[in-house]
Amino acid sequence: MSRLMLALGLGFLWLPILLLVGYAFSASAIPFQWGGFSLRWFAALAADERLLEAAWLSLRIALGAATLATLLGGLVGWVLARQRAFRGRALFGALAGAPLVLPEVVTGLSLLLTFVALQGLLGWPTERGATTVLLAHATLGAAYAAVVVQSRLSQLDRGLEEAAADLGASPAQVFRTITLPQIAPALAAAWLLAFTLSLDDVVVASFVSGPAGTTLPMLLFSRLRLGLTPEINALGAAILALAALALGLAAAMLHRHSSHSGRDRGKAG
Amino acid sequence: MSVLLALEGVSKRFGATLALDGLSLAMERGEFVALLGGSGSGKSTLLRVIAGFEAPEAGRVLLDGADQAGVPPQARPCAMVFQNYALFPHLSVFDNVAYGLRREGLPKLDIAARVGQALAMVGLEAMAGRRPHQLSGGQRQRVALVRALVKRPPLVLLDEPLGALDAGLREATGQELRALQRATGSAFVMVTHDQAEALALADRVAVLEAGRLVQCAPPQELYESPATRFVAGFLGGANVLEGVAGTDGLLHCPAAGCTLRLTTLVPPGSRAAVALRAERITLSAEGELPPENAATGVLRGVTYQGAGWLCTVALAGGQTLRVQVPADRAVPPPGVPVLLEWPVAANILLAE
Repeated sequence: MSRLMLALGLGFLWLPILLLVGYAFSASAIPFQWGGFSLRWFAALAADERLLEAAWLSLRIALGAATLATLLGGLVGWVLARQRAFRGRALFGALAGAPLVLPEVVTGLSLLLTFVALQGLLGWPTERGATTVLLAHATLGAAYAAVVVQSRLSQLDRGLEEAAADLGASPAQVFRTITLPQIAPALAAAWLLAFTLSLDDVVVASFVSGPAGTTLPMLLFSRLRLGLTPEINALGAAILALAALALGLAAAMLHRHSSHSGRDRGKAG
Repeated sequence: MSVLLALEGVSKRFGATLALDGLSLAMERGEFVALLGGSGSGKSTLLRVIAGFEAPEAGRVLLDGADQAGVPPQARPCAMVFQNYALFPHLSVFDNVAYGLRREGLPKLDIAARVGQALAMVGLEAMAGRRPHQLSGGQRQRVALVRALVKRPPLVLLDEPLGALDAGLREATGQELRALQRATGSAFVMVTHDQAEALALADRVAVLEAGRLVQCAPPQELYESPATRFVAGFLGGANVLEGVAGTDGLLHCPAAGCTLRLTTLVPPGSRAAVALRAERITLSAEGELPPENAATGVLRGVTYQGAGWLCTVALAGGQTLRVQVPADRAVPPPGVPVLLEWPVAANILLAE
């Protein structure tokens, strides 16, 4: 019975994706029709320069936005978890988390207004495009990062930091050797969250982007209007393969790191 | 011997509560002092003040004669063993113990040698590569202890070091603690709420009540001549008899319905309290009531405690006394009248 439930659950999650991967290898020109095995859509994908350009841009924006969001959100999370009482703390906490609940349309529009106003006041940003999308995504991602980092920090045993200080560590050393390793998983999670958020955002990007800033999701949506081709299936399959590869690499690295350090210290002792 | 730690009128307030109230205490190099008190007595706060995690509002903390005001924890010559051990979960046992030595910037080989030596001292060489979560509670406790000792600090602060261990492990670990303290020559300050632990391990026991030091004395002196009613009650749960002193060196206790002979002079007519330990009282079923240091009552309850019986006796004056009877003596059934007697030396006059 429980196996059946598991199979149903997994099927619910994975069947649509498997279907997409399957059709990516179809020779037919209609995205949902099987026409024999072929790699022609992967070849078409590789030749589609506009699409590849958009994918590359999306990737770069996501990398930058995730890093910026983790830094900013990490600082906000730190303040919320560690600064016990200051004037306006509750308000600050609520405002920092607001992008989580605000409709993306509102966030996008308000960011657009901000960028336009900034351009009028400071002359920067001179045009809307990749930079504005990156900043917008960083803003959105920082809210998520703040929540993740704050919750990890408040679970952290302050006694560990006190013990480190007691053993002669300066505040900077305590942070580097004790606090940072403890919150590293949360920082990594925050980064990944912000990364995926940026990679598949279309609403906010549509508001704040310009002619030179067409991200992959924006391009896909614009093509939807012209009708789907199985190239999109191939793109989906390629992204899936990349994601699986990245996850596999991360898991392998984590595994090697933990077992390696254990063996190493054993020898030293 | 020279003074290592001196506390001079240390006070610490948390909001409306006074955790430490003008506390003064001095201890010597290599001494083992237990801070004994109930919860909220300020004993843990005192430890944190010495370590530098809390700044006192008033008073001074002197280590080796140097005022520690404004000195951060990392610069103080003391090491702490935390109640929950506070082992670094992401580091191996070796790295946990090496942490303090690495902060001193010692050469790698020296660190390895000293950590190896320290782990050997508590029989944990084989565990060097493990993470804290892979150890038993007793092993974790020893790692925490060794992590503090490996820096060879003149002063080690221990916050309920045996509190998280199960009863069977406590006594053996306590003895181990004492042996390590002797071997290293460091002075230990151990916070505990367990009076048996304090009496068994420490050179001197400091009893704290509501942030004040009530009495600080060697275990035997503390047990045999408690200064106050609180100390008498806290250590061994002594009976306290109150009365008015007479001209003849006697204390008349109406609530107990008996008369005590005092070994110390008390001004006639003044009120006084006497501590009387349960194990010093002899219980018998019949006999003639002597004029002093004896009372009659009715046996109320009997509890078997392995080494003996704990009896509660309701005295004629209304007070209830705890009486300990050795296991080899017969105990009459509850409800019968009994006679209680004790030697003059059992009467301990309390200061307050």
